[in-house]
Amino acid sequence: MLKSGIKRVVRSGVVGFFRNAFVSVSTMLVMMITLFVIGVLLFMNAALTSTLEQVREKVDINAYFLTSAPEKQILELKSSIEQMPEVERVEYISREKALERFKARHKNDQLTLQALEELDENPLGASLAIQAKDPSQYAVIAKFLEDKTAVGEGEQQLIENINYSQNKVVIERLSNLTKAIEKAGVIFTIFLTVASIMIVFNTIRLAIYTNKDEIEVMQLVGASNWFINGPYIIEGMLYGLVAGLVTLFIFYPLSIYMSSSTEVLFGAFNSFTFYINNFGMLFKYLVGSGVGLGAVSSYLAVRRYLGV
Amino acid sequence: MSDSLIKFEKVTKIHNGGTVALDSVDLDISNGEFVSIVGHSGAGKSTLLKMVLAELYPTQGAVYVDKDDTRHLSKKELVQLRRRVGTIFQNFRLIESKTVYENIAFALEVAGMSDEEIEADVPHVLGLVDLQDKAEYFPKELSGGEQQRVAIARAIVIQPSVLVADEPTGNLDPINTYEVVQILKKINDLGTTVVLTTHNKGVIDSVGSRVVTMDGGKIVRDDKSGQYML
Repeated sequence: MLKSGIKRVVRSGVVGFFRNAFVSVSTMLVMMITLFVIGVLLFMNAALTSTLEQVREKVDINAYFLTSAPEKQILELKSSIEQMPEVERVEYISREKALERFKARHKNDQLTLQALEELDENPLGASLAIQAKDPSQYAVIAKFLEDKTAVGEGEQQLIENINYSQNKVVIERLSNLTKAIEKAGVIFTIFLTVASIMIVFNTIRLAIYTNKDEIEVMQLVGASNWFINGPYIIEGMLYGLVAGLVTLFIFYPLSIYMSSSTEVLFGAFNSFTFYINNFGMLFKYLVGSGVGLGAVSSYLAVRRYLGV
Repeated sequence: MSDSLIKFEKVTKIHNGGTVALDSVDLDISNGEFVSIVGHSGAGKSTLLKMVLAELYPTQGAVYVDKDDTRHLSKKELVQLRRRVGTIFQNFRLIESKTVYENIAFALEVAGMSDEEIEADVPHVLGLVDLQDKAEYFPKELSGGEQQRVAIARAIVIQPSVLVADEPTGNLDPINTYEVVQILKKINDLGTTVVLTTHNKGVIDSVGSRVVTMDGGKIVRDDKSGQYML
């Protein structure tokens, strides 16, 4: 009884889907717009996250050591910084390495290189490049380094200077901007999602409104509620499934087309690479929300006319 | 007349607006009867039928269908009751998105019949109403008379204990009216109780059985083998 009931409900839903071709197509188009918006939001979110990540990686603070600072002590300091919970990564640039980098950077500048040759000794000190997990945490790290700079009596001074104060403004701005973008993104996403869900819900409700009398007749013939509701839910899920799949495949050529411009706009972010690498996630979100949206909308719409 | 199928006990129905649709009605319909309920529009005929289907409930008094008090039915029992009562309406009320065959099969599907039973029963009733060759048509492709015959087929396919028909010939021309009445008589001969409302004199005269006359929410006449008298 239950098994044949389910079979009948599914069959009736599938038949309805194909018979109401015109209504189906228009409902699916509206759903596709909704799912497209959700898809674009997913892309935007990924692009913004990757951009912010890149900018964040470019920001660091550097502690420059005196040329006289012994390497052993610098490495000790490095490991104590690494143990701070705010610190993402610390890079040690030795004096030799600093010289190498300096030479590389000025390889077209003969005058500077010649001046360097004149010196018997490497004039450059070692340094530590420190990256925080979050831009707002640079202040804490800078404070820690400053404490180290203030040497007690009998101790040898190690750090010559810290570039935090120079970068301070930029770092703080970036930190605020990141937070603002993230907050605006969340609000924007919620707003667009809610709006598009309401549009889909209304479209399906209108489609079912025309079947109001039919629902009443089914009740009079003695159909139980789930027997009436079931086929509409199946139909709604089919709308969502097809709309979700079509939207997913629309993003394929679109992400190829957009890939070069996204790379220019967002740096390392490539929309096509993102599409390929996150196909499973996109499938889950687009097809999943399509099917879910269709089922819930149909259920709610029919419920109104069932008088429950 | 001991085998009572439908029983109205001092039923009064006052609609929300305060209109008195039924005023202390007593009525007893036995198994196998063919009862015509006649009266002007607004006499309370449709209200009476809606109470048999438990679409409406009495304000006072009680309605029993197969000994079940319609006021004390659970949702499930209500669905069960409607499966025992076949209904026909003036405006046919077929499911527009389903074919003739599917409309009739739907009534069996909701009753939980097997696919084999459905495949056997649907062509059988289609033969009874003479629509075998229109099985794959949609309701809007049929004439009014044909649509009403589909509605009758849908109502009787579940083998109801009673067939309730609200102005079944109201939208039909004389020839189709005659055909529908003949089918209803045939169904009654096969043992199903039939209750119909009408204000068509010709229908009453051709049936020639019990006639209940209503006026202003009251039963004013109840003739065992009646004529249309108003």
